[in-house]
Amino acid sequence: MGHLAPSLLAFFTPESGGSPNANQIDSLYKVTLYIALVIFVAVVGAMIYALIKFRARKGAVPAQIRGNTRLEIGWTVAAAVILVALAILTFAKLSSIENPPDSGPGGVELNGDDGLLYASAERKLPPDGKALNITVIGRQYLWQYVYPGASEPDGLGAPYSYETMVVPTNTTVSLDIVSADVVHAWWVPELGGKFQAVPGYHNYTWFKIPKPGEYHGQCAFLCGRAHARMLATVKAVPPAQFEAWLARQKILIAQANAAAHIARAKLGAQIGAGAVESP
Amino acid sequence: MATYAAPIPEISAHRVQREPRGWTSWITTTDHKRIGIMYMVTTFVFFCLGGVEALMMRLQLGTPNNSLVTPTTYNQLFTMHGTTMVFLFVVPMMAGLANYFVPLMIGARDMAFPRLNALSYWLLLAGGIVFYASIFWNPPEAGWTSVVPLANSQFSPSGGQDAWIYLAHLTGISSILGAINFYVTIANMRARGMSWGRLPLFVWTILVYSVLIIFAMPVIAAAVTMLLTDRHFGTHFFDAANGGSALLWQHLFWFFGHPEVYIMVLPGFGLISEILPVFARKPIFGYKAIAASTVAIAFLGFLTWAHHMFAAPVPEAILVFVMLSSYLIAVPTGVKVLNWVATLWRGTIEFKTPLLFCVGGIAIFMIGGLSGVFLATFPIDWQLNETYFVVAHLHFVLMGGAVLTIFAGIYYWFPKITGRMLGEGAGRLSFGLMFIGILTTFLIQHVIGLDGMPRRVYEYDNVGHLALYNGISTVGSFIIAAGVLVTIINVARSLKRGAIAGPDPWRANTLEWFTTSPPPANNFDVIPRVRSYEPMRDIRREIERRSTGSPAPGGVTVPTGATQVGA
Repeated sequence: MGHLAPSLLAFFTPESGGSPNANQIDSLYKVTLYIALVIFVAVVGAMIYALIKFRARKGAVPAQIRGNTRLEIGWTVAAAVILVALAILTFAKLSSIENPPDSGPGGVELNGDDGLLYASAERKLPPDGKALNITVIGRQYLWQYVYPGASEPDGLGAPYSYETMVVPTNTTVSLDIVSADVVHAWWVPELGGKFQAVPGYHNYTWFKIPKPGEYHGQCAFLCGRAHARMLATVKAVPPAQFEAWLARQKILIAQANAAAHIARAKLGAQIGAGAVESP
Repeated sequence: MATYAAPIPEISAHRVQREPRGWTSWITTTDHKRIGIMYMVTTFVFFCLGGVEALMMRLQLGTPNNSLVTPTTYNQLFTMHGTTMVFLFVVPMMAGLANYFVPLMIGARDMAFPRLNALSYWLLLAGGIVFYASIFWNPPEAGWTSVVPLANSQFSPSGGQDAWIYLAHLTGISSILGAINFYVTIANMRARGMSWGRLPLFVWTILVYSVLIIFAMPVIAAAVTMLLTDRHFGTHFFDAANGGSALLWQHLFWFFGHPEVYIMVLPGFGLISEILPVFARKPIFGYKAIAASTVAIAFLGFLTWAHHMFAAPVPEAILVFVMLSSYLIAVPTGVKVLNWVATLWRGTIEFKTPLLFCVGGIAIFMIGGLSGVFLATFPIDWQLNETYFVVAHLHFVLMGGAVLTIFAGIYYWFPKITGRMLGEGAGRLSFGLMFIGILTTFLIQHVIGLDGMPRRVYEYDNVGHLALYNGISTVGSFIIAAGVLVTIINVARSLKRGAIAGPDPWRANTLEWFTTSPPPANNFDVIPRVRSYEPMRDIRREIERRSTGSPAPGGVTVPTGATQVGA
């Protein structure tokens, strides 16, 4: 096996490398792939062999066999054993895929339960209970990310961004996925699996990116005419840079809100206060 | 062609009255054979329409950022394609084959309820016309799964979505009535001596297909009724803002949708189980195991629906349960495949077109079955679902389990239906093109999905090798189309010019070959007593014994039709 093998294998395997859960899924996939290839080669090989070896020839007499109970029980049990083995393997891997680890030493400083916008029932948190909780809101045809740090007690005023999610490296990021309209699915292949955003429900996943970099994905559940253009980018930056970005985002949003407030007041004075919809 | 001189039954069925002619005789018919032909022709037309839609999609995706069709048109195309292939091709095509052949195979003179049978067909046609009429206004565009809220009146206001609902209703009623008819026919009208253990395996699968339809179709009927009232009469079944649940649709749809997969492929498995022994000249290996695995698959098929919802917000307990039940269903499915391989083993295999389509179908289905194990493992499915990997998986399952087996059925039974053989050379060419086309189109789609391309997108950016992979897939789709076209030409030519088939050109095992080709209106004047699951083989052996005067092997005497007066 030269260095050709890894690239050939990558051809047949899911994207990974961005986050430990994606890597664990990839390794589970590979084991399944080996088992499936062996079964496929064995069964289709046997069929092709039979087709060549037992093709009609002069003088050949077909064997009148109607079954073989022992053989049939044997291969039923064998099939079951393979699947039991696969199930055991999946359960062994499951915790590393589903349960987020603690943030690394170089991650961003986190409080315990910071700025949750929604009540959560099944969100999985790291052992130390600390994660950067970001709410992912799907809407036709744009992803919105709401960060912790609400300035008002009702949860409003939290910093947010669209399409590009900026996150700190080495930090466990926990996503709370919701929808504002139709069903969407959050998916950045290198950061793990996809999770539907269903109106009225919360869905959760996590990732932890060791090194700075950009990861691309897009909405993976038909959400309407521009479904193909509902893109997502996750940009991992060092914690200090993340803090600076978040602070700047807060200021920009506050400025924009203030400007909108003034504009609304002006408009209200012109056409009557009741005619202007408040946000 | 057809040089083999089949043994002529001692009393062949003869015509008691003149066959009605002209187009009115088709509209008013209650003959299961004519209804079967109408089913098959109608559904094949829809197959071609669905195929054209697929080709248009593949053309759009042939190059990155293509603008051949608009995003709206693209969404309409995949909605029409999926709906057509499921509701208007595979399921009713199986009903068409069963309509023609179940009564013949069990030695009955018609279906139990002939007029209900005609109603089933006309409801199917009505559903198809309502649905396709929408292309003159606004076709539906929420996918064949019509997931809410996208399919509700706020996000899909056009009447196309309602056309989809009426299609689901009309074809659903058609299928339920047909299924009841098949069940009653098979339960009550079998030839003397045809116990459950002697029922042809195709008839077994149609029996199970009928039970699946009777349990699964009312669920989709309820779901689309709820969608209809949500859209037009102010209910909020699926509206989260008013106490409803958007997830409920996915549960109801897939509770129907997964058994629907088995409704589509089990009759195909039945065809394989009928055809392989004929061309291997060897009895089916493990008759009981194959019949039992059909029943087991059907039962387990009702426990696995949520594996279509692994990415939805569902509790962990459901994920685990459904993964295990999906694994479990792989066991009886695998058993079937191994039984087929064992049927070929030590036979004398004649490479006729029906056999080629069967073994090709098994190989293609194997790929779909094995990729299904990846999708059943929910953490892996989180990466793969709603991508082109799933598109590849479902097409391998349905191309292998349904389309290729339907073509096998067409080549196998065309002589019985028309009295003429299909061209063997053209048949092989058609098979070769379709087989290579399927591999070219869909193998690479696994890789497209693994590289991160979701399904149901009208365009993609030129990243990685996506352009090359999609180009390959597009080329493959046209190879499949060429293969289908060869069969269409073959059928058109052979209708007039095919070699005369005679009653039993393949020296087959089941009772449909006991009568003339095509069979008379009453099917059989005399119905033979059945002594095994291969009655025609018994009859041929008996005729041979009488003509040579030597005792039958094993000392079994098999009375033929001559000794039995039909019921």
